[in-house]
Amino acid sequence: MASKGIKDRVAIVGMGCTQFGEHWDKGPDDLLIESSTDALAAAGIAKADVDAFWLGTAMGAPSGLTLARPLQLTGKPVTHVINHCATGSESIRNAAYAIASGAYDVAMAIGVEKVKDSGYQGLVGAGRPPTDGTNRTLTAAAMFAMCSPAYGTKYGVGDEQMREVLARIAWKNHYNGARNSRAQFRREVSMDTICGAPLMAGGLGVYDCSGVADGSAAAILVRAEDATRYTDRPIYIKALSLVAGNCSGNADPEYDYTNFPEIAAAGVDAYAQAGITDPRSELAMAEVHDCFTPAELLIYEDLGFAARGTAWKEVLDGTFDLLGELPVNPDGGLKSFGHPVGASGVRMAFEAYLQLRGDAPPERTIAHADRGLALTHNLGGYPGEMVSFVGIFGNRLG
Amino acid sequence: MSGARGIISVAGYVPYRRLDRAAVAKLFGSGGGRGTRAVAGYDEDTTTMGVEAARVAQRAVPDVAIDQLWFATAEPAYLDKTNATTIHAALRLDEGVPALDFGGAIRSGVGALRAALHGNGTTLVVSADARTGLPTSGDESAGGDGAAALLVGGVEDGPIIAELLGAASTTEEFIDRWRAPGSQRSKVWEERYGETKYLPLGDRAWNAALKQAEVSAGDIDVLAVTGMHARGVKALTARLGAANAKVADDLGAMVGNTGTAHPALLLTSVIEAAAPGQVVALVVLADGVEAMIFRTTDEITRFRAPRTLSHQIANGADLPYGKFLSWKGQVAIEPPRRPEPERISASVSGRTEEWKYAFVGSRDRASGALHLPPARVSRDGGNVDDMDPAPMADVEGTIRIITVDRIAYSPSPPITFAIVDFDGGGRLPVEMTDVNADDLKIGDRVEMTFRRLYTADDIHNYFWKARPVRA
Repeated sequence: MASKGIKDRVAIVGMGCTQFGEHWDKGPDDLLIESSTDALAAAGIAKADVDAFWLGTAMGAPSGLTLARPLQLTGKPVTHVINHCATGSESIRNAAYAIASGAYDVAMAIGVEKVKDSGYQGLVGAGRPPTDGTNRTLTAAAMFAMCSPAYGTKYGVGDEQMREVLARIAWKNHYNGARNSRAQFRREVSMDTICGAPLMAGGLGVYDCSGVADGSAAAILVRAEDATRYTDRPIYIKALSLVAGNCSGNADPEYDYTNFPEIAAAGVDAYAQAGITDPRSELAMAEVHDCFTPAELLIYEDLGFAARGTAWKEVLDGTFDLLGELPVNPDGGLKSFGHPVGASGVRMAFEAYLQLRGDAPPERTIAHADRGLALTHNLGGYPGEMVSFVGIFGNRLG
Repeated sequence: MSGARGIISVAGYVPYRRLDRAAVAKLFGSGGGRGTRAVAGYDEDTTTMGVEAARVAQRAVPDVAIDQLWFATAEPAYLDKTNATTIHAALRLDEGVPALDFGGAIRSGVGALRAALHGNGTTLVVSADARTGLPTSGDESAGGDGAAALLVGGVEDGPIIAELLGAASTTEEFIDRWRAPGSQRSKVWEERYGETKYLPLGDRAWNAALKQAEVSAGDIDVLAVTGMHARGVKALTARLGAANAKVADDLGAMVGNTGTAHPALLLTSVIEAAAPGQVVALVVLADGVEAMIFRTTDEITRFRAPRTLSHQIANGADLPYGKFLSWKGQVAIEPPRRPEPERISASVSGRTEEWKYAFVGSRDRASGALHLPPARVSRDGGNVDDMDPAPMADVEGTIRIITVDRIAYSPSPPITFAIVDFDGGGRLPVEMTDVNADDLKIGDRVEMTFRRLYTADDIHNYFWKARPVRA
């Protein structure tokens, strides 16, 4: 038994990504049509050329019909996947395995979420099974708010210093998002504004939380040996890892809220699949799940970008800035894009696709694209109980 | 009556919040008065307050079996459905222990006590009330919220701390105080009319009780007279002839009159402070008069409630009048802009009854790992169905992390959660109550309390929260 992975067996040969934002005038059908049309065009194929589809949506109608109807697919397999905030990445992961198996020649992975039709702020549309009413009623913001004081206490980072560290993460992501035409928020935000924002939960202000947006993104996947038929710059899948935690963190007094074991485990697995031994120097960039600023801080350490207890210093030193040693969220992250759940993971892969192909606009081109490897990451759930996805993509074989 | 009967355990519950009566006149220019009244939290009702009192009464005498549970209130959380079953579940009583409601009238509280004293076996008599009235009304200020639980039984059932010497009752139909179902406003006839009824009814009940108890009025050491008819209570107290008696504090200065619960609450207050061998009289004016005469026993020196009434009365905190009006439903305030919670599922709640109502987790027999909520598969070792029930309602814990949620739905936002590590193992994120978030800090000690989280489709969602241990 082992997680062997499918390194270099599947390639992405075309992608599409809508602008993310409050699309009051677009429904999920419109978003799906837009991203799939762009992905098909990028790969130079028609929808009839696609043999099978994987649709990720966490809040939309849960079946393949959600895609087959608007795209008018006939006689095609469409699989709905859902796995909390890793839903989009799951569409890529499952489509990739189908291609690697030889079952299909061409597959589409597509994610969508229409969040802004609920009438409420935040992510409130997801259906929940009937309960006994004893389940926790905290918002995600309040759960992730627990991580920063826990981290600060463990590593001796004072409240004010921690405030600066978290703000620096938000500042960086908005800086990057200001250079991205597809982002929901396309302006820089000052450190003072971030630090002075109204509190949402615990010490987290508005700018410590990701936005809420609608959006869709899609990818066309083929076997690696077929890839150059579609593009001269394919992106190869190096690793796809998923870990679903046993939800013990909020029941186990040993857990201290300064790390996410599910993410660390997914990272170890993904690095093994891809043959990466030093992610910080081998990766050209990473797209990580910055749903809340403390999450991004802890992710740096879980994924081995920084040693335990040191990521906060690296943040202040600019290590993860656009032109830093390891750019993280060069597209602006969830901070700038919001988090249409089913789309986010595919949107992250889209940034890897752009940067590794050299298609990113000059104003946000990363410094070390020549390293040729990009990581995408999602977490879904809360500290102590989450699923985590780590994917690694590369622009050359081997 | 065969064999001596009396009271085996007493416990009172007074909610944490207090309304300063002066706040009423400050807002409206009239009403209010001096002192404070106790106010049930937004997450409390008569059932949850009853649970809190009943838990303490049960814990004080853990070796005494409870044969039946009676719950009396004039402000029931449910009609049709029995409220006592919720208390029954919280106390983990056996299914063979009947749980019955005495509903509607304020008199039902003392009436349940009387019936238990004249019955067989042990009865846990729980009474609770949440009093309200229109802003500036006398009822609003003079009323109070609270509960009491008295475990009644015979000498063969357990150590009696106050033996019943005699009791008598008079009853008459007259219109004094009334309230339509669903109304928050009680109405009263001119007080002087009621007084003409209560005084002779009181005289006759009192004399009959003295006679049965074979004591004279001069033998009474402590006299507690209560009822919603303040004028009648005052006049009757003066004419009972208990010349040597100390008149018990009516708790009006800090708690207010808790209606259905008040007779038992006063008796609890008196017994907590009593010495052995004291003759205690309880006289209650409610559509007639109940008179009961007890003598405390030597057992009273050994009796210790885990959470005394006097401690609760002394440890309250101010509640702004605006919050009071909102919590009492007199003023509707803007709710959080979040979807309201959905009703709970009857069948899911049925499957998890021990967890939901009694806060029972499970402990892995092999590893000792404590699971909250209870689990079938251990997180430590993976054994399947190798667990023992772990009752955690009376286990204290320590706050590990605190988080204030300003955007989550709550009937009274913001909500505060704490990651609590329980003594002896087990962790749970629990909602905090009876505390201002700013006063909490990591390392604080907490204890569990039974609350109503919210109501949807008229179904109350009961579960446990944590409150600071106020030693």
